[in-house]
Amino acid sequence: MDKNWAIDAEDITIAYHDKPVIWDVDMQVPKGVMMAIIGPNGAGKSTLIKGLLGLIPLTAGDVKVFGESYKKVRKKVGYVPQRTAVDWDFPTTVLDVVLMGTYGRLGWVKRPRKEEIILAHEAIEKVGMSEFANRQISQLSGGQQQRVFLARALTQNAEIYLMDEPFQGVDATTERAIISILKELKNSGKTVIAVHHDLQTVPDYFDWVTLLNVRRIAGGPVKEVFTKENLRKAYGGRISFLEDKSE
Amino acid sequence: MFDGIFSDYTLRIVSLGAALLGITSGALGSFAVLRKQSLLGDSISHAALPGIVLAFMITGSKNSFILLIGAAIAGWIATTFILSIIRNTRITSDGAQGTILSVFFGLGLLLLTYVQSKPNAAQAGLDKYLFGQAAALLPEDIKSSAILGGLSIIIMIIIWKELKLLTFDPDFGQSLGFSSKLIDYLITALIVIAIVTGLQTVGVILMSSMLIAPAAAARQWTNKLGSMVILSSIFGAIAGIFGAVISCIIPNLPTGPSIVLSLTAIVILSLLFAPDRGVISSMIKRYNNRFDFSLQKLLLTLWNLEKKHGGEKRAHDSLTISFTQPGIKNVNTALLALEQKGWVKKDPKGNWLLSEEGRIKAINIEKGETL
Amino acid sequence: MIVELLIIAVLVAVACAIPGVFLVLKKMSLISDAISHSVLLGIVVGFMLTHSLSSPLLFIGAVITGLLTVFLSEVLVKSRLVKEDAAIGLVFPALFSIGVILVSRYTGNVHLDTDAVLLGELIFTPLDRLTFMGRDLGPRMIWVMSIILIINLAVLFLFFKELKLATFDEGLSASLGFSPILIQYILMIDVSITTVGAFDAVGSILVVALMIVPAATAYLLTDNLKTMVILSIIIGIVASLLGIAFSWIIDASAAGGMAVMVGIIFFFTFLFSPSRGIIVLKKRRKNQKIEFAIKMLVVHLLHHSNTKSELEECREQHLLEHINWEPRFAKQVVQKAKKDELVTDREGILILSKTGINMAQESMLR
Repeated sequence: MDKNWAIDAEDITIAYHDKPVIWDVDMQVPKGVMMAIIGPNGAGKSTLIKGLLGLIPLTAGDVKVFGESYKKVRKKVGYVPQRTAVDWDFPTTVLDVVLMGTYGRLGWVKRPRKEEIILAHEAIEKVGMSEFANRQISQLSGGQQQRVFLARALTQNAEIYLMDEPFQGVDATTERAIISILKELKNSGKTVIAVHHDLQTVPDYFDWVTLLNVRRIAGGPVKEVFTKENLRKAYGGRISFLEDKSE
Repeated sequence: MFDGIFSDYTLRIVSLGAALLGITSGALGSFAVLRKQSLLGDSISHAALPGIVLAFMITGSKNSFILLIGAAIAGWIATTFILSIIRNTRITSDGAQGTILSVFFGLGLLLLTYVQSKPNAAQAGLDKYLFGQAAALLPEDIKSSAILGGLSIIIMIIIWKELKLLTFDPDFGQSLGFSSKLIDYLITALIVIAIVTGLQTVGVILMSSMLIAPAAAARQWTNKLGSMVILSSIFGAIAGIFGAVISCIIPNLPTGPSIVLSLTAIVILSLLFAPDRGVISSMIKRYNNRFDFSLQKLLLTLWNLEKKHGGEKRAHDSLTISFTQPGIKNVNTALLALEQKGWVKKDPKGNWLLSEEGRIKAINIEKGETL
Repeated sequence: MIVELLIIAVLVAVACAIPGVFLVLKKMSLISDAISHSVLLGIVVGFMLTHSLSSPLLFIGAVITGLLTVFLSEVLVKSRLVKEDAAIGLVFPALFSIGVILVSRYTGNVHLDTDAVLLGELIFTPLDRLTFMGRDLGPRMIWVMSIILIINLAVLFLFFKELKLATFDEGLSASLGFSPILIQYILMIDVSITTVGAFDAVGSILVVALMIVPAATAYLLTDNLKTMVILSIIIGIVASLLGIAFSWIIDASAAGGMAVMVGIIFFFTFLFSPSRGIIVLKKRRKNQKIEFAIKMLVVHLLHHSNTKSELEECREQHLLEHINWEPRFAKQVVQKAKKDELVTDREGILILSKTGINMAQESMLR
């Protein structure tokens, strides 16, 4: 119940009927770190994020965000879903999507006003999409779509950001832009948690890591737990390409 | 043809009813289409039939409001069944919808034929709910559909922001604390209302078109949700009025099919002619791209010919040029287009050579610039 | 007469049930709904050209409109201007509307009216006789439906393996050389022909009830494709006979009665199917929940045994607080675990037994 943890998840199990996707996972994330959740396909990474956010019911376990239940501190949590989770042919513009980040603060029925629109424009500028603000979202590239999602989360003005595969299918420039924004967030004391695929970049991008494969394999500072041994535990034999990199 | 059977008054009532219906179903249909629930509307409207007949059998009344409440209840039950089948069995949504739609509709027809077999004139007119009959609309019917339709549009406007958010990205919306279940229920209820208000005019069999077609047409013209909903309402109203009035004027023309064909015409026109997304506009775009590309190639060829002759500014006749351009069908058209841009000139003999400007352009293209 | 009528009903039910199985398995039920609506146009045009409901031209017209429905929907989807569900919902109402307008404007009351479209006229089908050189060969409908049944059976046997593959794995069957698109079109032609054949008896829309519902019901009863086909046929026959009897008693449409009966059979199967009924399912889920909770308990205990936090994590009280189970449920789980000798209680701390450790390790292997 320590308030110093940004997220304190205990004994989380998530199951579809009787198939466990996440098995009894404990995870403590200190405030102000940038943490990667890594693990092979089907390890339950996205499920874990959704479980933390209450989007999927927990079969068992308990999540505290800044020592409180998620419902109480919802406004301190920003979320970037997987880019592929939505239909980008939806009739709306970049600005409109980014504005959605302010809806949580507005609550039911109240509409965004000038203040929110300014906030959205600032976020759009931050991700380098100003000239696209009125663009229809179906005309964006994958990288641009991801920037829009990031901008939307920025308008949430949260203390902790949960991101599902923020680098999947984006170009190198976008990846660099996103990582620099995330580092900026971290430097201003925010906590960032991202599901990540590319093991090579883990030590460069993140300072904290959780290895997941249905169960939690290891978790802690990258320097301590991002080891060959732990990776082998998480990925089984499929980790040879990292042999000379991880130590 | 106007005089005699149909007075202006009737036509006015019919137009008003059809317009109200078009506005309501056009607006709410947009959400059905965007949520990829187009065919759920089809199931709900078919399933409304037993509700109508049962409401008549129980109350003995043909008051449209009572019958439509029966329709709404039956539509709601059908939706619940469909969702329960999808959730609890391995039958997929199409199988669940096909099952419920056909069984409920069969039940409706069974009850209808049962009622009709009774020697009792009171039931006459129930079968207008099959294909719709605008001419039979009464001022009371317009009143009830105005109230229901107006109510559902007001609700839509009030929860507009939430509808947009949870239709586009339900997970994100839920993480913000908006209940997607609540919105699901609300939008389904609104769609049921929209369907029910149209049953008298369009009929149970074709009502789903009133939801799908205006929205699908409107989507082609705009990239904004707000304009899509408004445009969809307008399309719905236009097709509604047009189809209903025609069906009143021409004998033996059922209203439902007449409205559906009006809608289909709007859809086809939209698919073809909408700027940007429309078929013709994208064909023109593709053609222009290809033409631009061939101009680019032609310009480069002329430049290369010049370079081959040591920079001598020599003119070539179009036949020679076309030999070097096997990919381009009509070299003359392309040359004329280049001339119009001022990049090539014709010498007195009718041969072609690069202009100063064209030479600069060609060098830029060589560096990777496009037209 | 009555025997002939019942034979016709059975033939229609069986002929519809066969393609239905594949429609349900291939998730194409709504395409068949669309086809059954739009073939009306083909029937009407054929009728207007020949002034006969028994001309083979009707079949050709219906197959063309049936395929046209599928083709137009696919064109719309490929244009990426509308999504698949909307595409289907745009095409078939349009074709159906043209058909209905033609029926009501030009053919009115001559053997083909909107009632016939919706309900068919099963009762009259035995009156339409087929004669050959002055000899009565029985009702035409029996011959027509028999031929359609033979075609459906032929499609079934010829493509059984391919359909089985296509049903369960489109990618695989394509790589084996059977084009799923070809099979799909054959299926659609089959559906169109069957719809036209059954049109006289049950109308074009309620054909869907006889195609989809028996197959959907059978799908709740078996995992075996062969059994599913046989069950669908049986369900179709039973439903149509009961439906006819029921509609005679209350003096209503036979087609409606058949649809309602097959719906009732579906509903009871949905509730009571021994393998997949809701009631069994609910019971099984409840058991699964406890069994799974026990697994969860032993895995949790194993995680924390011999660690510093053991004292804290393995207390019964802790489980109530942290695993977030309802107190009653948690008690139930712990009790069951104790009864199964998976854990023992040492002064409020739960200790895994040997079987408990084994179970936990097995569970974690997934």
